Order: sequence, then structure tokens, then C-alpha cells
Amino acid sequence: MAYSEKVIDHYSNPKNVGTLDKSSKNVGTGLVGAPECGDVMRLQIEVDEATGVIKDAKFKTFGCGSAIASSSLATEWLKGKSVDDALKIDNMDIVEELNLPPVKIHCSVLAEDAIKAAINDFRKKNGMEEVRFNEKVIH
Amino acid sequence: MNMLKLPVYLDHNATTPCDPRVVEAMLPYFTDQFGNAASRNHPFGWHAEEAVDYAREQVAKLIGADPKEIIFTSGATESDNLAIKGVFDMYASKGNHIITATTEHKAVLDTCKHIEKQGAEVTYLEVNPEGLISLEELESVIKPSTILIAIMYANNEIGTIQYVREISKIARKHGVLFFTDGTQAVGKVPVDVNSDGIDLMAFTSHKMYGPKGVGALYVRRKNPRVKVTSQMDGGGHERGMRSGTLNVPGIVGFGKACEIAMQDMESDNARIAKLRDKLETALLKLEEAYVNGSRESRLPQVTNISFKYVEGEGLMMGFNKDIALSSGSACTSASLEPSYVLKALGLGDDLAHSSLRFGLGRFTSEEQIDFTIEQVSRTVIKLREMSPLWEMFKEGIDLNKIEWAHH
Repeated sequence: MAYSEKVIDHYSNPKNVGTLDKSSKNVGTGLVGAPECGDVMRLQIEVDEATGVIKDAKFKTFGCGSAIASSSLATEWLKGKSVDDALKIDNMDIVEELNLPPVKIHCSVLAEDAIKAAINDFRKKNGMEEVRFNEKVIH
Repeated sequence: MNMLKLPVYLDHNATTPCDPRVVEAMLPYFTDQFGNAASRNHPFGWHAEEAVDYAREQVAKLIGADPKEIIFTSGATESDNLAIKGVFDMYASKGNHIITATTEHKAVLDTCKHIEKQGAEVTYLEVNPEGLISLEELESVIKPSTILIAIMYANNEIGTIQYVREISKIARKHGVLFFTDGTQAVGKVPVDVNSDGIDLMAFTSHKMYGPKGVGALYVRRKNPRVKVTSQMDGGGHERGMRSGTLNVPGIVGFGKACEIAMQDMESDNARIAKLRDKLETALLKLEEAYVNGSRESRLPQVTNISFKYVEGEGLMMGFNKDIALSSGSACTSASLEPSYVLKALGLGDDLAHSSLRFGLGRFTSEEQIDFTIEQVSRTVIKLREMSPLWEMFKEGIDLNKIEWAHH
């Protein structure tokens, strides 16, 4: 199976690899997946208190090239978005952008889950109710 | 100093290139000598038959067999099927119990599953962390209805070589036939059907620098005389055990490949094992890198290494333009399940996902190994910088204590 150019580009030059201070009130952290499944994504957002805009996003991913590319792309999309807009990112947008084959769709789902988990972590820290999501059916 | 030849092929357990000497031997049999080896009434047939007879001798010689004991097939999968189904059918009046192991190739395991539906009883032996079956356990599960022990010679993923001579002694002692899948071993290490006590053995040409689409089943003719029921109906070729027009060019190539293997095995192995050891030693210098399977009882040209906290497919992507190899990672298969062989060794799924198999071969150069060491090490380090698991490990967090959200 050949990878798309965009997956290769994100894999070779991943955007926003790193770690934000997870104890900070403005930082939301989402850790999804499991080592046994071969994918673990940690995605973090830093939210500007005044504007509610995501001013920084970082990721670290254990997984295949498509998982790395999906999380790299997600961080790029998150930066500059309001938290509410960030919630609208759908895994199929990632599939389309990266041309993921069907067998790699779960990588995009994981990225969407990581975004939601990070946002909920941020909301919880700031006394807001967690957003409930319908589970996507995968695998 | 030799030039570095790219891409580097380190997937020789999957298949090998044809040796140019093999191709040369085959060529006339596509054009001038195109006869059907079963045509008894004209020179075209005679020439083809002569060529097949000669190849049969070359093949037999490599494994210390009599040429009459070689049945040509389309490859090891067919040979595995013919051996297991053929014995199950032929010896039905004697019993229905077969003993095999969980780390066998799918061609053996799925064949066993198939005959289970037809009334066979199959015992699947577990292996130890080295990939070896327990001889005591093997002997303890033999019963009066046992007709066959099917244990591979060497494993395709980790290269572990089973204690074949000990297994065959147990089989003999209890009057049970011993079949071994020799696909990875024949042509790579010395295999002798008599001193190894083998009754049936599957092997194939394309793992030893011969063409694809041709293999053999060794079927012992003396002490004991073994028979298998044919699984395809037709012209009764190959002493009635395998019908179908013989693949003359393929068989000629297979024969030549066996002859070369016999002649070059010792020098090839000395050189390849040295390169394999160099590669393994260098890669084990990385933190948290582990060899899977036995390092003592192992093929000289393979090493299977897990690089903890990085995922195999992600790792391969770092260099797969230039280096071809395989991973036990789930992502390389459609099933998303990691390698059942590695799991059978007792490896957690996480380590199975992190494994790479390096299979060296006759044409692997030292420059290619140096290049591989450099590329793999660099990518492991790069991906660990990107791995949340590596970060947690470095912070001293016990990953087993985290409640992962299984999806």
C-alpha cells in the first residue's frame, strides 16, 4: 500500500510535535488509543483565556504513518480555531485531506477522539460541563 | 570499497531473488525444450523428462533423500496441504489425531482447521519465549489415535529452529509420522531427512534463490514407507500423489537452486551470519530493543527485533523507500491484529506491534547493512521523540498501570 504525498509530508516533517504543561489551567490534554492496539495519541491544546481561541496545539503519537499524519494535521487545524469550532472537526475531513485508505480510517477517528478528549479536559479544568459525544463505530 | 546498492532488500524470508545461474539454467525450457515431461512418444517429452529427472536428483541430494521420494508441487503451501490432508485421508483407519504448534505457518494451521471440520482432532502446542516447543509436552499428548506430528523446521518470523532430531525420535518411538514444514530451513541450513528422522517435508524454491511457483513434498519410501492420498484428481503424475503437468522450467530452476545452495551454503552462511550479527549488535545498542525468539537455535540470516515504544509500520515508513523489510505490526495486515507468532512467544501486543524482521540474503552487502543500521537507528530515535509512550517511560510512568481507552 502506498502512502499519499500528504501523509508522507506530515510523517517526514510533522507539525507541532511536543508537550504543553498539562497542569496549566489553560491546557487541555487528550490521551487516546492503547499500546496493544498499536496507536496512542496525545493531543494538547492551549486556550487563550480572553478570546477562547486555541493559541497552541501539540501532539505526540505512537502509531503508523497515517496516525502520525492525522494527529499532525489535527494540531495544524486546531491552532487559531475557537474551542467551539474545534469541536466541529470531523474525522472524515481528515480522511479526505490525507487521502487515507479505508484500512486507515481508524487513525482519523482516533485523532477526532483526541481533539474531543483534549477539549473536555480543558472544559473540566475550567468548571464547564464535559461535552458528550456519540461513539463512532469503528473497527 | 563497494558502492552502496539501493534499495536494500532485507525481506528474504518472504522471498528471494532468482540467482542468475538459476535463470540461465531455466531459459532453454521455455522455448527450445518446451516439451511436456509426460509425453512419452517423442524427443520433446523425453528431453523434458530428462531435465525433470536431473532436477529431482539435485533436489533430493540437498536433503539427503532418494529422488523417488520427491513430489513436485506448486510450492510449500500446496505441499503443506498435501502432507497434512494426504496423511489424514490415507491413515484414517489408524487414527485422527494430529499434533502441531501455535507458531506454525498459516498453510499448516489453516489446513489443520480445515480437517478439524472433517473429524480430525488437532492439538496445538504452545511454545516457550524462545519459540521452542516442549519435548516433554509433545510426548505427553501423543495417544493411540495420533497419526501425525507437524512441527516446522524453522520459523518464518523469528527464525527459531526446532529440535527436529529430538522431535523425530519421539515420533519414531510412538510409531507416529513426522512432517516438517522446511520452507525456511532447506537451502539455508543443513537438512538431512535421514539423520533428522523426517517422514514428510514441505519446501519451496523461491526461498532459496529459485523461481516462484514450484516446491516439493518429500515423502519417505523406506522405514517407514509413507503414502499420502492425492488432493487433486487428474493424470496421476508424481507417482499418483500430485496430478498436473510438471512445471519443467520451474523444476529445472529449483534443481539448480538446490545445487547452488548445497555448494555455497557454508560460505554464504558464514558471511551472512557475520552481517546479521553486526546488524543485531548495532541495533541492540539502542535503548529498549529486544531480540524475539531464540538467539541460539536460529537461522543464520534473520533477526527479529522489537523497538519498544515505537510502532513497526510507522518505523518502516521512515526508510521504506530504501530498505524493504517486514513488521509484526498489526498495521501491515488487513486484520489489524499483530503477529500471532510473536504473541505466542508471550510478547505483549505492544511489543509485537514494535517489531521488525530483518532477513538477510546471498546478495546482501556490508555497505547495505551499515546503511540499514544508520537508517533504522535514526528513525527509532526520531519516532521516540514523537512517542507519548517513550515520554512516559522516561518519566518513570508504568504504562501497564494506565487505563487505556480501548477502542
